[in-house]
Amino acid sequence: MTVTSTPPVAPGRNPQLRARRLPVVAPVGIAVAAVAVAAVLVHGTGIGGAALVVALAVLLHLVGLYAASSAVEGRRRARDRTWSALIHSASVLALLPLASVVWTLVSNGLDRMDRNFFLTSMNNIGARDPHGGAYHAIVGTLEQVGIATLITVPVGIACAIYVVEYGRGGLAQLIRFFVDVMTGIPSIVAGLFVLAFWILIVSPYLNDGRPGYSGFAASLALSVLMLPTIVRSTEEMLRLVPASLREGAYALGVARWKTILRIVLPTAAPGIVTGVMLAVARAAGETAPVLLVAGGGAAINLNPFENNQSSLALFVYQQAGDASRYAPARAWAAALTLVALVLVLTITAKLLARRNRFGR
Amino acid sequence: MGDIPHRSADAGTGGPHVTPGHARSAGAALSVDPPVTPLDRTPDGAGGHTDDLDPGGGALGGGALPRRRALDAERVFQGFTMAAGMAVLGVIVAIAIFLVARAVPALNANTANFFTYQGWLPNESEPRFGIGALAFGTLLTSFLALLMAVPVALGVALYLSHYAPRRVGTVLGFLVDLLAAVPSVVFGLWGRDYLYGPVRDLSVWLNTHLGWIPIFGGDGPFGRSILLGSLVLAIMVLPIITSLSREVFLQTPTANEEAALALGATRWEMIRIAVLPYGRPGIIGATMLGLGRALGETIALAMTLGIVSTISINIIENGGNTVAANIANAFGEANDVGRGALIASGLVLFAITLVVNMTARAIIHRRREFTETAA
Amino acid sequence: MATRIEATNVTAYYGSFKAIENITLTVEPKTVTALIGPSGCGKSTFLRSINRMHEVVPGARVDGRLTIDGQDIYARDVDVTAVRRMIGMVFQRPNPFPTMSIFENVVAGLRLNGVRRRSVLEEAAERALRAANLWDEVKDRLGKPGAGLSGGQQQRLCIARTIAVEPQVVLMDEPCSALDPISTLAIEDLMFRLKDRYTIIIVTHNMQQAARVSDRTAFFSIERTGEPGRLVEYDDTQKIFSNPREKRTEDYITGRFG
Repeated sequence: MTVTSTPPVAPGRNPQLRARRLPVVAPVGIAVAAVAVAAVLVHGTGIGGAALVVALAVLLHLVGLYAASSAVEGRRRARDRTWSALIHSASVLALLPLASVVWTLVSNGLDRMDRNFFLTSMNNIGARDPHGGAYHAIVGTLEQVGIATLITVPVGIACAIYVVEYGRGGLAQLIRFFVDVMTGIPSIVAGLFVLAFWILIVSPYLNDGRPGYSGFAASLALSVLMLPTIVRSTEEMLRLVPASLREGAYALGVARWKTILRIVLPTAAPGIVTGVMLAVARAAGETAPVLLVAGGGAAINLNPFENNQSSLALFVYQQAGDASRYAPARAWAAALTLVALVLVLTITAKLLARRNRFGR
Repeated sequence: MGDIPHRSADAGTGGPHVTPGHARSAGAALSVDPPVTPLDRTPDGAGGHTDDLDPGGGALGGGALPRRRALDAERVFQGFTMAAGMAVLGVIVAIAIFLVARAVPALNANTANFFTYQGWLPNESEPRFGIGALAFGTLLTSFLALLMAVPVALGVALYLSHYAPRRVGTVLGFLVDLLAAVPSVVFGLWGRDYLYGPVRDLSVWLNTHLGWIPIFGGDGPFGRSILLGSLVLAIMVLPIITSLSREVFLQTPTANEEAALALGATRWEMIRIAVLPYGRPGIIGATMLGLGRALGETIALAMTLGIVSTISINIIENGGNTVAANIANAFGEANDVGRGALIASGLVLFAITLVVNMTARAIIHRRREFTETAA
Repeated sequence: MATRIEATNVTAYYGSFKAIENITLTVEPKTVTALIGPSGCGKSTFLRSINRMHEVVPGARVDGRLTIDGQDIYARDVDVTAVRRMIGMVFQRPNPFPTMSIFENVVAGLRLNGVRRRSVLEEAAERALRAANLWDEVKDRLGKPGAGLSGGQQQRLCIARTIAVEPQVVLMDEPCSALDPISTLAIEDLMFRLKDRYTIIIVTHNMQQAARVSDRTAFFSIERTGEPGRLVEYDDTQKIFSNPREKRTEDYITGRFG
């Protein structure tokens, strides 16, 4: 029962506090009825299958709920109930495919979680060979991401330090702007750059005149992707360090660079580590740049500077496109391994961030 | 302080540039030992401070402020960080210059209009390539993906922030954040192997019953289509938009929520007048960031689209191609002109994602200022 | 248009923590009642239980009986939103909706109730703003954002918003603690004027304010930390501040503790 619009309640007359409510079982009953009606309609006319029944049932449920609630409880409550039902439906709708991805990943991936998978490569594995593994790809991912991290972490942190601690107008603003620009580079464009620059122009000098794909080239591409993320997140963490901490050190006569190294950085360290881990997690999952410049070799290659190398993500992509009937199992197993790696990094980073936020 | 005039003129500006050697009080320095503070006991610090003191050997109390050396640790460190900053700058500039330099010759060699031509044949003797179909495909898939993902994402975000019990909301929110980190190749694999079947069936159904609508028309085959690609893309950007929106909704000032409730609002009405208006810039920012990711997505689309470079409004037939997917597919056999052409298309894509990301950042940044004044 | 509020053995919990215990008091129509007491003694909790805002916190619940003109507001089939429409609340920190203009803020409650016609809304807004003593200051900028006013003006805006829906009771939870003395005086003046039409209950830390403004005063206190808050004494304001019955009341009034 809604309060009527003005004029206001006359003095002395009390508005109704009690409202009629839909019985608790009503929504359930409406849902059941909706399913029944939908089933009859769909199967009766023969225009669709189970999925259509569900879709139609949800629609009917919402309509029925609104109508019933509107009649018994009033328009405002009806709207509240209907929106609530819609929001819950949206959550279920979103949950289904995401759960499906997780489920298929785990159930398919486990099929080939065997020693063979982790300890062999695809070298000499023909189309009819059920064996073959991702050792070379795992090594590739670790090396490529490792080198990229070694390059970007010092440079990125130093750059962020410059922008936050020393930057005054001009150059610092320019750097910030361009770092922002860089965060938007599509990963494939980063791959294209390394392909065109490093592979085709620089590497022939190092490789007897032939362009050389290598894991290192992939590291370069990944660096292009990781660098802006690390700079930005480090910058944010450094800014979070309270000015009073720095001022305390300066007041003691400590040099600025020492303050930064001994006081500011350690304070911001957990946050910086979190940012680095998230950047690493993202880099580990990148396929496109590696596809373009690493060559995607099938054999184990421990040298990232010479010869083709593969990576876990690239391995998944290649096996997915492979016609052999043993390939899908390998693809899923590699996907599961990759996701596990990425998730371990991401979860650790998030837990670290959470503890940092609450434990100060 | 008794001072030697020509030295005192060099008394530093104080503050952070004052070296540790100066930390002793003026009156205490009867000895001429180089002042050593605990912070100084590292090899890098102990070295040259004696030079800072007045070589006349007077007590510190009577000497001038030490002069800064031309090349002390401070300068070196600052220089190092500045070099890093310039290196980053240099990389970006180099990328830009280099890519443009590689794209231009190919563009010059192009015999067709780069912006409108629909095919992609840059490796022929008469190169003909254009981003017409590619750009169309990129924009269409991203638009469809957002159309499907944003309402659902907002619903989930509202559920997690305002309807779910607190514990459930936190746990599920955490899981959604994790899903945003799953690599795109996994979604591509799942989409191609598991979503393909249902989408094909749906496409057949749509074609049978609604085929008179152009987007559902055609004769088939169906399945590896824009519809599939957009669906996979939607599922990929859903976690990102959800988690950002959820954060925004959680930040609605409790005071405003309570004000709405105290006026007698139902839960939905409270959300409508307090949460959503407050969160609107954040929602827009989140959507644009999702859009940015969708536009740049390569692998998932390369695995699910039919890779046919034509502009077609039909979303269920096999076909569809985007700038990024095209690069992934065509780089292998590209010659010089081909590579230049791909780079040119990549630059266009980069320009689009740049605009989108900058706008998103500007909106989110402006919202931050807005909340600070309103709070 | 004012009502009598009767609380009988009201006990409120946050989860398993008992915040207030066995509060029994009656508030007469068209009076101003002040709830005073040291921090943490449950005054705000009790206030919020009157318009059922207490249960907005998950796990919070209320035992006991609270009636408005005889109707039990905690009865099973009572519509919470109807209760809150009838009992308005002004909060400690002014909280105008930041994305709405001044006009939209004032009529927010009316709009929720389905009032659509512009003329009706404008009339109600002017009435409420005049009653809140804010009309002259904002009549030329009703379309400007509500957040652009000073603290005192914002609080009066919130009061206008609350009375625009014509409640029967107005609860105020330390409405002046975030304001400067001039704005405080303005709002106290306002309370005098509103007394003619509404029953007002105000929680305040400021004893002088309680003495100035209220007809009756209730003193809450706790024995020691961890104990629930209890009603120590409830009487005419005159009596509480000049000749209280309980020693604890006297100790608090004279500043010996709290």
